[in-house]
Amino acid sequence: MIKAILIFNNHGKPRLSKFYEHYTEDTEQQIIRETFHLVSKRDENICNFLEGGLLIGGSDNKLIYRHYATLYFVFCVDSSESELGILDLIQVFVETLDKCFENVCELDLIFHVDKVHNILAEMVMGGMVLETNMSEIITQVEAQGKMEKSEAGIAGAPARAVSAVKNMNLPEMPKNINIGDISIKVPNLPSFK
Amino acid sequence: MALKIVKGSIDRMFDKNLQDLVRGIRNHKEDEAKYISTCIDEIKQELKQDNIAVKANAVCKLTYLQMLGYDVSWAAFNIVEVMSSSKFTYKRIGYLAASQCFHEGTDVIMLTTNQIRKDLSSPHQYDTGVALTGLSCFVTPDLARDLANDIMTLMSHTKPYIRKKAVLIMYKVFLKYPESLRPAFPRLKEKLEDPDPGVQSAAVNVICELARRNPKNYLSLAPLFFKLMTSSTNNWVLIKIIKLFGALTPLEPRLGKKMIEPLTNLIHSTSAMSLLYECVNTVIAVLISLSSGMPNHSASIQLCVQKLRILIEDSDQNLKYLGLLAMSKILKTHPKSVQSHKDLILQCLDDKDESIRLRALDLLYGMVSKKNLMEIVKKLMLHVDKAEGTTYRDELLTKIIDICSQSNYQYITNFEWYISILVELTRLEGTRHGHLIASQMLDVAIRVKAIRGFAVAQMATLLDNAHLLTGNTQHNGICEVLYAAAWICGEFSEHLEDPMQTLEAMLRPKVATLPGHIQAVYVQNAAKLFATVLRKHEGETDSHAVQETSQLLIDRLPLFVQSANLEVQERASCILQLVKYIQKLQQKKVEVAEEVTALFAGELNPVAPKAQKKVPVPEGLDLDAWINKPPSESESEDEKPKAVFAKEEPKHSRSRHTEVDEKELAKRREARKQEQANNPFYIKASPSSQKVYDAPGVEHIPVVQIDLSVPLKVPGMPMSDQYLKLEEERRQKEKAERKKKEKKKKREKRGKERKADSGPESEEDITPAHQVDIVTEEMPENALPSDDDDKDPNDPHKALDIDLDKPLADSEKLPVRTHRPEVLKSPAEDRVNESIPQETKKRSSKEKKEKKKGKEKDRKRSKEEKKKKKHKEVEEELLESHPEEAVQSEETKEAATPPTSAEEETTPLSAAAADMSSAAAPESEPDEPKDAEPEDTKSSKHKKKKQKKEKEEKEKKKKKRHHHHHHHHHHHSDAGGDDSVQNGTVEEEEPLPPMSNYSLLAENSYIKMMKEDADQVYDIQGNHQDESKVVVSVIFENKSDSFLKSMEFNVLDSLNSKLQRPEGAGAHDSLTVPFQLPPGISNEARFVFSVQSIVMPQKLKGTLTFIVKSDESSTHEKLDFKLHFTCTSYLITTPCYSDAYAKLLESGDLKGSSLRLERIKMPFHHLLARICFHHHFSVVERIDSCASMYSRSIQGHHVCLLVKTSDQTVSIDAKCDEPSLLGNVLDEIKQTFSKC
Repeated sequence: MIKAILIFNNHGKPRLSKFYEHYTEDTEQQIIRETFHLVSKRDENICNFLEGGLLIGGSDNKLIYRHYATLYFVFCVDSSESELGILDLIQVFVETLDKCFENVCELDLIFHVDKVHNILAEMVMGGMVLETNMSEIITQVEAQGKMEKSEAGIAGAPARAVSAVKNMNLPEMPKNINIGDISIKVPNLPSFK
Repeated sequence: MALKIVKGSIDRMFDKNLQDLVRGIRNHKEDEAKYISTCIDEIKQELKQDNIAVKANAVCKLTYLQMLGYDVSWAAFNIVEVMSSSKFTYKRIGYLAASQCFHEGTDVIMLTTNQIRKDLSSPHQYDTGVALTGLSCFVTPDLARDLANDIMTLMSHTKPYIRKKAVLIMYKVFLKYPESLRPAFPRLKEKLEDPDPGVQSAAVNVICELARRNPKNYLSLAPLFFKLMTSSTNNWVLIKIIKLFGALTPLEPRLGKKMIEPLTNLIHSTSAMSLLYECVNTVIAVLISLSSGMPNHSASIQLCVQKLRILIEDSDQNLKYLGLLAMSKILKTHPKSVQSHKDLILQCLDDKDESIRLRALDLLYGMVSKKNLMEIVKKLMLHVDKAEGTTYRDELLTKIIDICSQSNYQYITNFEWYISILVELTRLEGTRHGHLIASQMLDVAIRVKAIRGFAVAQMATLLDNAHLLTGNTQHNGICEVLYAAAWICGEFSEHLEDPMQTLEAMLRPKVATLPGHIQAVYVQNAAKLFATVLRKHEGETDSHAVQETSQLLIDRLPLFVQSANLEVQERASCILQLVKYIQKLQQKKVEVAEEVTALFAGELNPVAPKAQKKVPVPEGLDLDAWINKPPSESESEDEKPKAVFAKEEPKHSRSRHTEVDEKELAKRREARKQEQANNPFYIKASPSSQKVYDAPGVEHIPVVQIDLSVPLKVPGMPMSDQYLKLEEERRQKEKAERKKKEKKKKREKRGKERKADSGPESEEDITPAHQVDIVTEEMPENALPSDDDDKDPNDPHKALDIDLDKPLADSEKLPVRTHRPEVLKSPAEDRVNESIPQETKKRSSKEKKEKKKGKEKDRKRSKEEKKKKKHKEVEEELLESHPEEAVQSEETKEAATPPTSAEEETTPLSAAAADMSSAAAPESEPDEPKDAEPEDTKSSKHKKKKQKKEKEEKEKKKKKRHHHHHHHHHHHSDAGGDDSVQNGTVEEEEPLPPMSNYSLLAENSYIKMMKEDADQVYDIQGNHQDESKVVVSVIFENKSDSFLKSMEFNVLDSLNSKLQRPEGAGAHDSLTVPFQLPPGISNEARFVFSVQSIVMPQKLKGTLTFIVKSDESSTHEKLDFKLHFTCTSYLITTPCYSDAYAKLLESGDLKGSSLRLERIKMPFHHLLARICFHHHFSVVERIDSCASMYSRSIQGHHVCLLVKTSDQTVSIDAKCDEPSLLGNVLDEIKQTFSKC
């Protein structure tokens, strides 16, 4: 079981949090902070597993994370998950984001956290891995996107126009924080496709 | 109106959307909290608007704020509103918000049951998908019970996308509602062989998760998994299965033997490291389970260790970590194979990665032997010195202590060395583990008698140098060791070289800065030392030393008497008086040493940690019973609490006694001992250890010679390294001696087999440096041997420990919400049914056919039976909703539990709902369409007799369930929802007759269609066209023995009402029903109609075409029906407050009309309930026999009713802003009651 999925940036700002067990908002924030402290002080090129924090239950749990450019992707899992498998899942997740957002960067996650949630929902459901095949995930996400667009239809057009105008006022929207080489493949880790 | 809508949608454009919110927060970095609070105010405004788009936008923003740590539970109801939108876009937003912030404590969750059920059966797969995803995050026991059956149906959905989600969510359902596991399991098992890999993977996932907790129940699946393992190519599935086998093998060693070969093959063949790693892990598990050695096992172990070594040597830190992790598993059973890789593991201690160092430390724990313990600990001590972070250093410290103390100090050959190590560890600054070191010191000193002399000497120096330890702060954890040091010096003071000096060290003013509990020990042990000094110098002519000591105590103790700590103060003041008294006696030359020593005589024995817990409760002892009668509340305060224990001595008063009668003390002590000896519950020290200091027993303890040649660099800080050298020398010497002896022997017994004395010395050869007598921990007599203290009684998985191989019993059915009117079975039918559940799948198909034939005859005989079918599979039978049975089993359960129990409180709303609809249906429905098939009317005659009886039964049930109604109504009215609405007025009145919204649409011998009365109405405001959508739920039920497929639903559109067809479809194309129906199965489909004007009732003609497929043939059939849209169906139950209601009536916009109903015999609250239920009104206010009611149409018309009753006449005055709508609604109400 996956207990929680957290994405935060190098400064510990949460970009996505998905808890598969209930915690109060305060505890959730504490967990995010604690996880950030545990993960951020680790060097690059050391192992991506660490024994869980104090808050998120018990010795059975592990944190498995990856660091891409400005973002940490952290999965908190129990012993029924394969460590290397989860590392691979994170990779699939990030690659899927990359495909769905076209060169994903932190800003995409900042402004479209709902979309990220929707993509994640096609991969992990209630803490269990639902789908690991990237093309299948993308197909489903796109089909739902299409449905959303068709529902918005004509009524959505003015809203879109307005949001375009709003964005025009903000020239500093460039996708400058690039995740960089997203296609980093884990050595010795042929993926699960 | 149109203008309003346009205006609304323009306003909406300038509302903040999620992106604007995020941008705003980023632009207000300084006053973020303030900015967000204004945003929340805006959101609150937006949530108050009717426009669903605005609401959805607001909820979307709330979801983001929730991530930032803001509590958004106040908007839970709005989230439910957005969830129930008909638009996928909004629905998804709603479900996402719900999944982020709903939990078991969220009370609005109970409003969602019906909504979720509808979404689950939605014709759009993504509606279903989104509902499943959301539900997986917030499923509660109630939801799980109510929806289990619906989800189980989805496990056989035509779309794999839905199937895999439904399969996966079942795990959550099982956790929350364990009763569902057995009924659902056969189907879950079936899904292991689903053609879609995603579904298969989901099923494997669920079963693995289940089996991990209760493996023994899943052993029977092993062959199936074995097959999957050898056939599957999906690494995810393989990993899960292999992990599962790891859990299963310990239970069935034969399985393990079978596993080794395919696993070794996989290890050799796979290129995926993750799979390789899991294989190795499982092989290890297998080997652990096979305790008896098979010849080729060493090869497997070698292979594993070899592969792991490759992992550990890999440059990838992840693999290194995992390699070490797996290695530690091998270590437990095959330590020898791991010990040969000691070099590698010690190397890992130097790794820059802390996780890896910790793993290596774990391994070391298992790798130590008598031979290498000192060496390994030396290495670790080096690391302690080098370690930078305190956490890692603390970890090292605990590991050192763990390693040394494991299995009762098994590997320690030289305790002097160990004490030195402990003393060295006290040099660590800022460690949190002072307490741990202290307890080790105490443990060793108490349990290893031989070491006491040495320990005491070390502790004395430690006390002398206490300032080095306590140094700067009081919070320093290390000062805990002084606690141990003081106690050891005091307790074993006979070993002290110079008790005077130690005593002096213990009474230094600096001590007063130590924590209270340590000071207390200091004071107490100072007294013990004093006793030793007295005894030592007694009889000497020159009593100078003794007097000096007494004076020292008298001088220094007042410092402690002033202590703020109660314990210290009390002890100090007692001892001070004691010393003063002794001093007096000394001046009179009285010999007191004997008596003073007696104060501290007796020895403490170590007691096992769990000893207290394990004392069996003697027969006849009730620990919960009151010893004395509990004092009544009214007792006055001045009464003193009674002493529970008779022996309790009155406490010393504050004023100090100047005289303490020692004899009296000794006497008391003796008395207490006596009493303890007779008290069976007192854990006594064993008689052998109950001795006074000068008892002869001490002599058998070998006195350790302290090798004074060892230079002590810092006083009290011996270098443990010296011991290492000494130890080596000693072993060399011993070895040499042994060799000599052996040589001698050899010479004597020449020609006998050669001894391999050149090889490495074996464990047994190493003898401890001194005779070690480890006192074992005491356990009470008749201690209970049980060791399951560790099990957590709250583990949710405990409930899932269910035997899955037993055939399903009758009662084990998922609660089913049923739509069927006919619930009574003929006795013959009952008999047949009784036998079914006992039968397993294995039953021959012949038998089945025979039964079927028999049934066909039955059907001809009696009409009621026509709905009951035989199913090909037992599993399918579970699915079929035998309403009667389901309800009854539910019923019996409830009857069994007392109505006050908490369980009762939570009994399902929807069970009640199911009860309602099923029970109600048999009555000829008031608003049942007249154009129903004539067949039905024929049968209704027959039915009615039975229904009477049944109705009575139901009435009874209703009574039992009375309080559920309340919840029920609450639920529906709040949900703005569909079927029954009655605003909680029933509580004290007669039970309600059951009602149902399902009415027969059409049926023939193959299929039956039931329509839910315009069950959910959505208004789509803000759309450009002024039209509304109505969703109609139709239940299709297969009544035949054949398979029904390719069902197509078509309706002739009218100008006003149109069936919504997918884009691109022509106006006359039919819609495909998204499922097929096996015999006896029913399922629900929903169709959306768009309606222009709602003021007039509508009738639409339609046709359902389908293919009937039986074994021999397939035929094309059709069924005509008429859909009736009443005006009522355009009304939405909307709660209204009485003040708003009054305003509305005052406004004068409404036009009136009225209605009189004669000879209405039902009670008033029934009447109201019927209006609420069938016509979607809600009660605003009720005073005696007069009530005001309110409803709103989907296009915003207000409808107000004032209902009055006297005798059997009911008059209804109504007002509405649309007269024709009102007229039609009133007509419909009249019709409803004319049928009663």
